[in-house]
Amino acid sequence: MKNIVRSIGLSLMFFPLAVMAQTAIQAETIYTVSGAPIKNGVVLVKNGKIENVGTAAEVSIPKNYTVITAKVVTPGLVDARSVVGFSGSLNIPTDQDQLEKSGPIQPELRAIDAYNPEEKLVAYVRDNGVTTLHTGHGIGALVSGQTMVVKTKPGKIDAVTLVPFKMLAMTIGNPVENNFTSPGTKAKQMAMIRTELLKAQNYLQKQTDKDTSKRPATDLKYEALGKLLTGEVKALMTVNTSNDIMNATRLAKEFNFKLVIDGAAEAYRMIDEIKAANAEVILHATMARNGGDMVNMTRESAGILTAAGIPVSIETGFEAYVPKTHVLLHEAALAVAYGMPYEEGIKSITLTPARLLGLHKSVGSIETGKDADLVMYDGDPFEYLTNVCKVMIDGVVVTDSCK
Amino acid sequence: MIKKILVAAMAFATGNGLFAQSNPVAFTGATIYPIIGKPITNGTLIVQNGKIIAVGAASLKIPSGAIVQDASGKIIMPGIVDTHSHLGGPEGGDASAALNPDTRAFDAIDPTTDGFKKALAGGITTINIMPGSGHLMSGQTVYVKMREGKVMEDIIEVNEKGIYGGMKMANGTNPMRGTNGFPGTRAKSAAMDRELFVKAQEYKAKIDKAGKDSSKMPERDLRLEPLVEILQGKRIVHFHTHKENDILTAIRLSKEFGFRVVLHHVSEGWKVADEIAKANVACSIIVIESPGGKLEAMDYSSTNGGVMSKAGVLTGLHTDDGITDSRLLIRSAAVAVKAGMGKQAALEALTINGAKMLDMSTKIGSLEKGKDADFIILSGDPFSVYTKVEQTWVEGKKRFDISNPADKAFLVGGYKVYSPDRAEYLNHDDEIGVQ
Repeated sequence: MKNIVRSIGLSLMFFPLAVMAQTAIQAETIYTVSGAPIKNGVVLVKNGKIENVGTAAEVSIPKNYTVITAKVVTPGLVDARSVVGFSGSLNIPTDQDQLEKSGPIQPELRAIDAYNPEEKLVAYVRDNGVTTLHTGHGIGALVSGQTMVVKTKPGKIDAVTLVPFKMLAMTIGNPVENNFTSPGTKAKQMAMIRTELLKAQNYLQKQTDKDTSKRPATDLKYEALGKLLTGEVKALMTVNTSNDIMNATRLAKEFNFKLVIDGAAEAYRMIDEIKAANAEVILHATMARNGGDMVNMTRESAGILTAAGIPVSIETGFEAYVPKTHVLLHEAALAVAYGMPYEEGIKSITLTPARLLGLHKSVGSIETGKDADLVMYDGDPFEYLTNVCKVMIDGVVVTDSCK
Repeated sequence: MIKKILVAAMAFATGNGLFAQSNPVAFTGATIYPIIGKPITNGTLIVQNGKIIAVGAASLKIPSGAIVQDASGKIIMPGIVDTHSHLGGPEGGDASAALNPDTRAFDAIDPTTDGFKKALAGGITTINIMPGSGHLMSGQTVYVKMREGKVMEDIIEVNEKGIYGGMKMANGTNPMRGTNGFPGTRAKSAAMDRELFVKAQEYKAKIDKAGKDSSKMPERDLRLEPLVEILQGKRIVHFHTHKENDILTAIRLSKEFGFRVVLHHVSEGWKVADEIAKANVACSIIVIESPGGKLEAMDYSSTNGGVMSKAGVLTGLHTDDGITDSRLLIRSAAVAVKAGMGKQAALEALTINGAKMLDMSTKIGSLEKGKDADFIILSGDPFSVYTKVEQTWVEGKKRFDISNPADKAFLVGGYKVYSPDRAEYLNHDDEIGVQ
């Protein structure tokens, strides 16, 4: 909350007129996501928040409001997992901060120390509708580091940060073996991560010792892993094959932590197991390459998982080369084209990831009192030829591209 | 050699019964985009023996004995030509040299690769398969049709010049390794290219001088023979290039030695569209989801297709598979349209323009009487995300049908649909870092 207040403060400095202005958005269709779509609707925005939303008949526009018209409005998009701001678009060593290769388990690596809000791709994804970004350390290490949640609006790091430490980014699978000499096998991957989690358990236990002299010295690694074990943060485990999905669920059960299965290329084969583990799912980009651990992916996954009752958040994930990032909207569009129900497709890039990130009280749907993060389109958001015309974050239009 | 393969190809083609279809097949009720000529609503397309025998309005007379397929509500357009792909594992030169005119993608490709199923699911019927861009000249490319094939001879496509491939060249950073005889700078890259072409000119002069006197012919030289074909205008250079200065260097080389060139990727083409048009050089462009991923592509713009086609550049589209997916080349056209390319120009870029870039436009790239029966049936508007390629036909044979679960699996993916040994990634494996 403090961050949000602070961000509005900064916005006032940068965009005094825009924020002071109260805005009404009139649209042919408003996908509130929390409720049914509204035809011929109005969203009122005041002081960076959604003041009201409803049909034009229900919501009258006060006189002093600036009126914007759009064909379609959705909530600002929430990317459930990205490395934008860490894996830079130049793709040269100096702008690649998503993966530290000095060791396979480094939970102490904070996202907030690395995120670059001025990275070109931050503006790029914002212009394509993403207003909230779960980003951070990448795939490819057993524990690569921490993740964070930011708004994509212009501003310095503290002003755009919603949650500085959201999850621990973990990977089990072939990418880990490609990045480190050890672990070099699957069993070793599991042995190494279990060993460290066990140490973290001991660390936590010793910290409660009544005799303060017996408490361990502060260890950044176990402090971070400890937050996983206490349930303060979730594990964001990139696991794609069926056996690695099982490895992740076993690990979560053994150490009793909250599990988010990321990538999840073969989740469609593991529906019962995922439900039994009470794990959440972030699904790979629909247009991800079907190679490596993802060779068995299907473009129908989002539809299959949704039909099975597993909430799906679609991500852009990580790309090592060209293109450096996927476009979230396009990934959901393809998921819908391949069987995900239309409104579920919108939900998969708004409210579902907002819930997964614990931010559903402020973002992810168009409801009174929530942040005024809105995307305005000149047609069906998923259609190839539709443009993202305006993007509003905290009541301020930050992208205006259909002039 | 070329003639031999041509003969072999024909032998295989006949042997496989590719031209065995004796009954005409008529597709009725569709909206037909012939590409050359205006769209035909409620049109009829009739094919027989691998060729188009008629295309026109509903009034077209359907020959007796024809099998009629109702295509009402569908769109029929020519099969897509992918002018730049790495399907099938087309390795070219190795690390021993920067210039490898003697290596042939033909010798490396697995004609049974499941990557070709992917291409068919995307409506692609003709492909220029190229070795990678890590060399100044990585080798000879190979032109293939998506016929059913067991051996390369089944699928190669000999063009109007009697040849079934081009030559892959690259400039900019990819070939600039700076070690083992590879250039470390742009000037050195061009100097090495020029040196080879000068040698080829001398070699060609000896051949020309010898004329029909075989005793005066120079010794055969596998490195220079394909370059002679380039200098003769038979073999086209397919030139990987991104940045404005590298684009102009490629054009400068082509003018100096008089070779025909198609520029590939052309990320900064929008900056020099007029210069490219003035040089009368064709461009096969890529459409990617976001700029960057490599320094040279930072100024990539999806406006390329619109800007260049409007400047009068012959513009095509390609997948560069595995950089983009063969199942989504048609989507690339839509993205180009969104960024300003005309719809007709985008459809041409998918079809006839690519055919021209491979010297095949008299046989493929449009729906006209006498051309190969290479076409696709779409469920709707080619530029809609909801549209699917329902059927892909190659030379009168249905090669992909979405209603067949085995075919559909290659469209969507799934458990053990694709082989884990994705040979087609070889060319970009290091860069992509397949997960």
